Amino acid sequence: MTALVALILLASPPGYPDENRVQLKPGPARDLVLGRCAACHSQDYIPMNSPFLDRKGWEAEVNKMVKVYGAPMDPDEMAKIVDYLATNYGKM
Amino acid sequence: MRTRRQFLKDLAGGAAVLGSGALLPSLARAADPATVGPASLPAGTLEVSFLESLPGKRPLIKRSYRPPNFETPLEVFEQIFTPNDAFFVRYHLPRIPEVPADQWKLEIGGDAVEKPFSLDLAGLQRDFEQVELPAVCQCSGNRRGLSDPHVAGVEWGIGAMGNARWKGVRLKDVLAKAAPKKETLEVAFNGADHGSLDATPDFQKSLPAWKAMDENTLLAWQMNGEPLPHWNGAPVRLVVPGWTGTYWMKHLVSIQVLSQPFKSFWMAAAYRIPKGKFPIVDRFLSQETEANTPITEMVVNSLITSPREGQRFRPGQPVEVKGIAWDNGAGIRTVEVSADQGRSWQTATLDADPGRFSFRGFRHGFKAGGKGEVTVLAKATNRIGSSQVGELVFNPAGYHNNVISRVKIRVG
Repeated sequence: MTALVALILLASPPGYPDENRVQLKPGPARDLVLGRCAACHSQDYIPMNSPFLDRKGWEAEVNKMVKVYGAPMDPDEMAKIVDYLATNYGKM
Repeated sequence: MRTRRQFLKDLAGGAAVLGSGALLPSLARAADPATVGPASLPAGTLEVSFLESLPGKRPLIKRSYRPPNFETPLEVFEQIFTPNDAFFVRYHLPRIPEVPADQWKLEIGGDAVEKPFSLDLAGLQRDFEQVELPAVCQCSGNRRGLSDPHVAGVEWGIGAMGNARWKGVRLKDVLAKAAPKKETLEVAFNGADHGSLDATPDFQKSLPAWKAMDENTLLAWQMNGEPLPHWNGAPVRLVVPGWTGTYWMKHLVSIQVLSQPFKSFWMAAAYRIPKGKFPIVDRFLSQETEANTPITEMVVNSLITSPREGQRFRPGQPVEVKGIAWDNGAGIRTVEVSADQGRSWQTATLDADPGRFSFRGFRHGFKAGGKGEVTVLAKATNRIGSSQVGELVFNPAGYHNNVISRVKIRVG
């Protein structure tokens, strides 16, 4: 269901460049990331901010998204998302 | 503007192929760092930046699709005024309604006015004196992607800025009609764009009363002789010459005149700079804290548009250094150019002055010396004696990067 909602929101308006040109790397939490993050922003925000944030840096970003911007996710989901971001887009 | 031939030439030149991990394989194509660069942007930024067109815009450097953040390519700054279809696009929030000009309405109220009122575009154009003014609009975060170390955010290169002739009316004339009280402290602005979630703080900003009342602060419906493009704030936006783009509210729909400091996430927590690190003249005292202060004016800066990074010259060949300089509206006094890593500096010739808030062109010629790499530097100084800095003044949000401009060329 979550994935379906994300897909609907991801459809670009006519004449607008296709944001799905940038796809997140595969991983166990990829669909969760799309479901929780893509309602408000395109996926490219994540690789754009890489690879210079370490785990703490990604944790701070996810915290900001929840506390400041109201992204709907519970602590367990936050941990999974931070893990995915640190593993796939973390500082090398 | 880039031609198809140029694009094919870049491909043939063997530009690096992108890492496939971030892209659908069928869409992987060559990156041209000179186009989506500079090369010192984060590697991930370069991988997901492409030239793409928003409706009504020519291909610009896409940094993010949604909300749309699109940057103006370097070659556009060979012109002093930035064409509307090449002007950068910057949004915080993804819901951006198109507001038809004939349905637009502006509400003017707040606790510090005697006579709140509303007006439409015809009224705005009919009831107040019209003025036109050239001014640079530069995102606070322009060059954030060049911060060392890198910091999170939209990873802009050099093109989150533009210069246009803005036509509109003075904000102070519109405010006067609402009869502001003498306890007026700030004036707050809201635009029609908003977040996807109710919980997301709406993008709203305030100005100190003195800046709102400045004769150069405008409500504009035209840039460069045409109606504002949708992506640049149609039908009416705020124009705050000398100050960074965060205050230039797009799709303006409401103005509140306030006797108390305006409370908004976008004032209290975002767009803040550390106190004492930058040579700032314009302070926003009612929003200052012990630790930091709202970003206000732009710092003096320049951009070399020619020669280009890596361009080759023969020994003895003339090199013409060209570029633009701008500041907070004090006006550019000098631009100095060095062709020997800063050991000696020559004063560049300044082009005609379109106005103190505008880009100012500069040029300086020298002859390429012996073989090797040559670093060309440009340093602008304004009329109050502020100059570009030798070393980056690091700050957590990556604002105010005005390090001396630098291009490396090859001779031989």
